Amino acid sequence: MEKLNPKKTMWLSLIPGLGQLKNGQKAKGIIFLGIFALFIIEMAVFGFNALVGLVTLGTVAGRDHSMFLMVRGTLQFLVTIIFLMFYIVNVRDARKTAEAINRGKDVPKTWKEMCDSLATDGFPYLLTFPAYILMIFTIILPVFVTLLMAFTNYDFNHIPPASLISWIGIQNFHDMFMLSSYRATFGAVFGWTVIWTLCASTLQIVIGIFTAVVAHQDFIKGKKIFGIIFLLPWAVPAFVTIMSFSNIFNDSAGAINIQVIPFLNHFLPVHIPQISWMTDPFWTKVALIMIQGWLGFPYIYVLVTGILQSISEDLYEAATIDGATPVQKFNHITLPAILAVAAPTFVTQYTFNFNNFSIIYLFNNGGPGDVGGGAGNSDILISWIYKLTTGTTPQYGLASAITLIISAIVIAVSLFVFKKSHAFDMD
Amino acid sequence: MIKMAEQIKVKKQSSIKRNRFLKHFFTYLYMILLSIIIIYPLLITTMTAFKSSDVVAFTLDFSGPWTLNNFKELFTDTLYGTWYGNTLIISIFTMFVQVAVITLAGYTYSRYNFAGKKWSLTFFLVVQMVPTMAALTAYYVLGMLLNGLDHDWFLILIYIGGGIPMNTWLMKGYFDTVPYDFDESAKLDGAGNFTIFWKIVMPLVKPMIAVQALWAFMGPFGDYMTARYLLREEENLTVAVGLQEFISDPKNQQVALFAAGAILIALPICALFFYLQRYFVTGLTAGGAKG
Repeated sequence: MEKLNPKKTMWLSLIPGLGQLKNGQKAKGIIFLGIFALFIIEMAVFGFNALVGLVTLGTVAGRDHSMFLMVRGTLQFLVTIIFLMFYIVNVRDARKTAEAINRGKDVPKTWKEMCDSLATDGFPYLLTFPAYILMIFTIILPVFVTLLMAFTNYDFNHIPPASLISWIGIQNFHDMFMLSSYRATFGAVFGWTVIWTLCASTLQIVIGIFTAVVAHQDFIKGKKIFGIIFLLPWAVPAFVTIMSFSNIFNDSAGAINIQVIPFLNHFLPVHIPQISWMTDPFWTKVALIMIQGWLGFPYIYVLVTGILQSISEDLYEAATIDGATPVQKFNHITLPAILAVAAPTFVTQYTFNFNNFSIIYLFNNGGPGDVGGGAGNSDILISWIYKLTTGTTPQYGLASAITLIISAIVIAVSLFVFKKSHAFDMD
Repeated sequence: MIKMAEQIKVKKQSSIKRNRFLKHFFTYLYMILLSIIIIYPLLITTMTAFKSSDVVAFTLDFSGPWTLNNFKELFTDTLYGTWYGNTLIISIFTMFVQVAVITLAGYTYSRYNFAGKKWSLTFFLVVQMVPTMAALTAYYVLGMLLNGLDHDWFLILIYIGGGIPMNTWLMKGYFDTVPYDFDESAKLDGAGNFTIFWKIVMPLVKPMIAVQALWAFMGPFGDYMTARYLLREEENLTVAVGLQEFISDPKNQQVALFAAGAILIALPICALFFYLQRYFVTGLTAGGAKG
């Protein structure tokens, strides 16, 4: 049998399929050639215009819908990237197969052989295919569009198709950091977002761990009942409880001011006055953090309880013999064991609360008051974005720019932690 | 001397006893206080559902009269039944498709070695961190373009897609806990890819699948933001959005009606939750251990 020249077949595959045909893989070659032809035709009929549209965002107001052009263009961009990936695979495949043939290995040539090899080697790709298709349309495409939107002037003055949208570079980011009004709002909202994230997440983690450790003691009777009660805040859908709490914390008629505080005043030496939960920014924030503690601790509690059950009793017995105090035992045995397993989960609590829209919006609508730019005193970045896009004067471009900043922060923090916790070591 | 030693011993014992008493006392005190804090808001919401519809706020009040009128009113005077139906349809579709997709993907990543595996798994991990719901405007434009606004299928698609990266990752973690030896011995017995997956591994990961199904099912019930943004017509809303309308107007809050609607959502979900609860711990620790 004649020796193939891997380099030559690789060059042939610059037109996908030719290299495979040269290798004698008829079926594969024809399919690859077909994909290539399809892409060329698609590009000529639709793709080229779509990419041009992405650059111009339309030329005639009223006829061209700038946002549709952007979405189509982005989709075409993704299709092109996927084709390029196929192209690279194709070139490498041509060379690798040629080398394999030269080494005397059998490669699938006919339709039947190819189908058989697909059934075994292609099985993993077949199984993950639906996940990828869904992710492309519901995550990758919207994220790319948002990314692009951040560099446009898409706002209430530019609503397609009546008017065109145009690229404005980093103007939105510039406005956010340089324009005094937006800068003040961004600073205020961002500051509270950070405080909120740290306080609320830490509170729920601390309550969760503390409750798990307390409830894990051997002598406790009625563990089952307590276990059910402690899970209730997780089991009831959060939006239901948040809306209920919004009523319970009502300034004039809510149960906290009408019932709980008078009740506490019976027992406490100090007199607690009624508190303006909904109209005083400080107390709204306090209420929000407490409610998130209430809502979020059961998840941590369940997780930590599971970990506690797996810690060997011998460790504690040995520590007792050595004269360790309960605090020492907790610090040197319990806590390290919990962190070893649950640290990544704890971090997800922080990133979750960073974007915890429901509680902020449903409790007090981001209010009270106004810190400029449409944001209220208890608005965090994500709820500000929501207001920027749903208000009477929507600022889609600016909202997208903030979205990018949020995403960058969340991804940076998560990557850092995952790297540290070795989540990337996949084996 | 002996007497004194005995006295010290007795003292010591009584101090141990006192310490133990204090420990028990404070443990129970904490657990009971926490229980009250948890139950109180839930209890007063539940009670309000059975009160006459002119109550303005939830309070603890055991005096009657009790009534079922709010539940009747929900289904006769409001669109609650329609919203509930919408949400159920969205939830059920989301659940089935998402569980199928992530089970296949999770299994693949756990069991096969293939070109691009590590690369794409990292991709899943990074994509999982993107707060997709912040891309609201993009979803809105996409919905306009595809004529998906106000349609269930569009929302279902978004819910399914959004949950894939994170949950595939969790599923993979759980599949990893099933020993490979099982696959190997089945392979020796001549089982094919599909048989190994369906007959050998699947039965062992049922707990995690149950948990994933519950989460996927609960998602649409709990989501307010996306549904509010993408659904416009009254009769197309989901319960989360619809229910909020009862109390969104501060001057005319229908709290009793809201409470009744809330209970009808919370009860079945709570029941499912506690039914599947025993799987949570294994699912969480096994899947979460690796991130």
